[in-house]
Amino acid sequence: MNWLDTIVQGVLLGGLYALFAAGLSLVFGIMRLVNLAHGDLIVLAAFLVLLLVTTLGLSPFVAAVIAMPVMFALGWVLQFGLLNRTLGNDILPPLLVTFGLSIVIQNALLEGFSADSRRISAGGLETASLQLGPISVGTMPLLTFLSAVAVIVGLNLLFYRTALGRAFRATSDDRETAGLMGIQPNRVFATATGLAMVVVTIAALYLGMRANFDPTMGPARLIYAFEAVIIGGLGSFWGTLAGGVIIGVAQTVGASINPEWQILAGHIAFLLVLLIWPRGLFPRAVD
Amino acid sequence: MADHAFSPWKVETRTRASSAFGLVALAVVIAAAAAPLFVSRSVIQDLFFILTMLVLAQCWNLLAGYAGLVSVGQQAFVGFGAYTMFAVVILAGLDPIVGILLAGITASVLAIPVAFFAFRLQGAYFAIGTWVIAEVVRLLLAQWKALGGGTGTSLPSGATREMFGVGLVSDWLGVRPSQAADIVCYWLALVLACATIGFIYKLLRSKQGLGLAAVRDNREAARSVGVDPGWMKSVVYLAAALVTGIAGALIYVQKARISPDAAFSLTDWTAYVIFIVVIGGIGTIEGPIVGVIVFFILLNLLADYGSWYLLVLGLIGIIVMLFAPRGLWGLFADRTGIQLFPVRRILTGASSTTKGVPHG
Amino acid sequence: MALLETRKLTAFYRDFQALFGVDIRLEEGETLAIIGANGAGKTTLLRSLSGLITNQPGHILLDGRPIGAMPAPDVVAQGIAMVPEGRKLFPSLTVEENLQIGAYGRSGSGTWTLGTVYDLFPVLKERRNSPGTALSGGQQQMVAIGRALMSNPRVLLCDEISLGLAPVVIKDIYAAFPRIREAGASIIIVEQDIGQALKVADRVYCMMEGRITLSGMPGAISRDDIHAAYFGAHAR
Repeated sequence: MNWLDTIVQGVLLGGLYALFAAGLSLVFGIMRLVNLAHGDLIVLAAFLVLLLVTTLGLSPFVAAVIAMPVMFALGWVLQFGLLNRTLGNDILPPLLVTFGLSIVIQNALLEGFSADSRRISAGGLETASLQLGPISVGTMPLLTFLSAVAVIVGLNLLFYRTALGRAFRATSDDRETAGLMGIQPNRVFATATGLAMVVVTIAALYLGMRANFDPTMGPARLIYAFEAVIIGGLGSFWGTLAGGVIIGVAQTVGASINPEWQILAGHIAFLLVLLIWPRGLFPRAVD
Repeated sequence: MADHAFSPWKVETRTRASSAFGLVALAVVIAAAAAPLFVSRSVIQDLFFILTMLVLAQCWNLLAGYAGLVSVGQQAFVGFGAYTMFAVVILAGLDPIVGILLAGITASVLAIPVAFFAFRLQGAYFAIGTWVIAEVVRLLLAQWKALGGGTGTSLPSGATREMFGVGLVSDWLGVRPSQAADIVCYWLALVLACATIGFIYKLLRSKQGLGLAAVRDNREAARSVGVDPGWMKSVVYLAAALVTGIAGALIYVQKARISPDAAFSLTDWTAYVIFIVVIGGIGTIEGPIVGVIVFFILLNLLADYGSWYLLVLGLIGIIVMLFAPRGLWGLFADRTGIQLFPVRRILTGASSTTKGVPHG
Repeated sequence: MALLETRKLTAFYRDFQALFGVDIRLEEGETLAIIGANGAGKTTLLRSLSGLITNQPGHILLDGRPIGAMPAPDVVAQGIAMVPEGRKLFPSLTVEENLQIGAYGRSGSGTWTLGTVYDLFPVLKERRNSPGTALSGGQQQMVAIGRALMSNPRVLLCDEISLGLAPVVIKDIYAAFPRIREAGASIIIVEQDIGQALKVADRVYCMMEGRITLSGMPGAISRDDIHAAYFGAHAR
């Protein structure tokens, strides 16, 4: 067993989990909204990309670029019309409404696309690999990881370098005072969820190109995403990437010992981190 | 004389509707107990399903509606209880009834480390944490080869037919042993449901129950009236785990076949249960009762439409949460003021004695 | 026509009625002071004017147009900015970002930019990259005022800006007010520090139990009048 190889594969897998988690991190960080439908929205986006690829014959990457504004609009409307109504001190309404949404999306996809497994064809990219020194790295996992880093860098720039990012942070700190600045919290939240759906589309692209997917696999992606966000700490995008990598490495190490332990090892790593750092590794100073 | 000065003021939790309801409830329970004499086996199986879902819903409602513990991981205790029963029957060769009782114990033992961990987490973190723990328990039990590993196993043929009491019922009612086993399971479910509702009602009417309401509404206020919120939550969590574990074992005696995916199903044992509570009315004992009936009716109406069923259920859950957050029972109680399980304390006697000396 | 006025303004604070038919007028270029004891309704009045509490549309008029039902973000766009009680800086934002966010809802241009605010409070420029909440109380108050100015408001509402600050710091902050007026803003200040309020104001309203009990020029009203308006006639 080559440990270096295992770790590298784990880090790259962590990139995929970080992509699942980045949109959730944005939404959770800004409005403390626990979106239990996040995983199903990733699967929904994957079907949207698949539909564009198969009906228009597009490259998956072009299809994803077209899907992004559609998903942004969906996220905006979803937040503005539905989820904003659930925000407040009580944690139950957002949990229950997004739980209901999760079930609605899952079953709507089952009706529309059946329970069959699908895959987005990437034209041979799936099997390509690169030789990096002593280890061989799949092109697709590497591309996934680099995309995750790019998404995290992009979200950080947006969050800390733009007027919209300032509005995100200000609204997250204090909705009422943000209103005194002319910020419309409901619109800011809708924009945040719209952006999260753009990230979801990127996650969906890789989900669909790397392996088979079907309408029921959303909740499992949600669990990985949440683990990455919580390990990283509320509101830290780099923390989310670190969280994804921890889950990814734990899974590949677990799988190298016994293939049946892959998922279990990821969950146990999450529980251990949370046992020691209940607020995650890099919690924002202000909470 | 002193008696007269003080006795007109009485603190009561009973209302007129609740007293009348007490009699009706007694009649319903007697009728339910006698049901196997009159109705078919499939009706008994439906009633069994309703009762066990009701028990799970009451437990989740106790956690989320009263103690503020929004768990998404109650399937951990359903599955653990069910696996305990299977282990007792298959590995130790004991009666399933013993397995059901032991399931309550093992589920509450499991709840101790789970609570130790999960209670360090707040709100959303608690919800996700309990879910992850349930997944861990599922994945661990899937490693248990003696109980079928990931694919699961069945109870040995005859285990339920030779279960305690089945022979007696079979002779007494003149039915086949497999049907008698259903009847025994049904009676156990009825006893469990009544005991659960009785326990929760008593708990909520007690001083501790009052403290629980204080815990949910305001942590600091609870401390100031001498209730330790952490302790109270732990007790409730363990009690809910115990009952959930027993219910899980009972459900799987009747199913007679187990697999990790089914026994730890998020949809079956937590999603459905949450919808029952939300649709019926969270934070009331009546709510889950109303909810389970609505749930069962929907299930039968939409059974032929496959995934449309869950889609509609999800939509109804969302609509109720947004527009009637206290559920159908909440709507009804607001209009009529009726409470069947009153836990609010009512000061009575004041109007009839206003001519007496008012006590400030 | 007054720049900003209230007509029979009634408002609730939580479940309690806090204002009972309040009429005030703010003329263009004027500085008003609103004084009164704790619980007199001063803060509720400012929260109503800023849109944090919404009322009947016609209860509040800006240039004669009803704005009483507008929520806070729309009110800001109409040119009314508030320095909230307790400063309420955004802890996740630096000093400079706190100032920048004040311009979020700005519609037009005007005197106030980052540069002119730093000219007004030079100490803020030195601390521009610190978190807003790392500053002293007085400096935080300067950020809060600067933040409100960044929207170039026609009306600046200041809620208890001297609360909890040392007298010398209060003096520094009020020293900025003439320049804020020169730049064209009309001002309403709510103060418990009556001396300070009377010094800067053109006109004073005194409130008690949700009603205006006295109004006039600072020079024309006596300490006894204020005392009566503050605590009620019987308290004399």
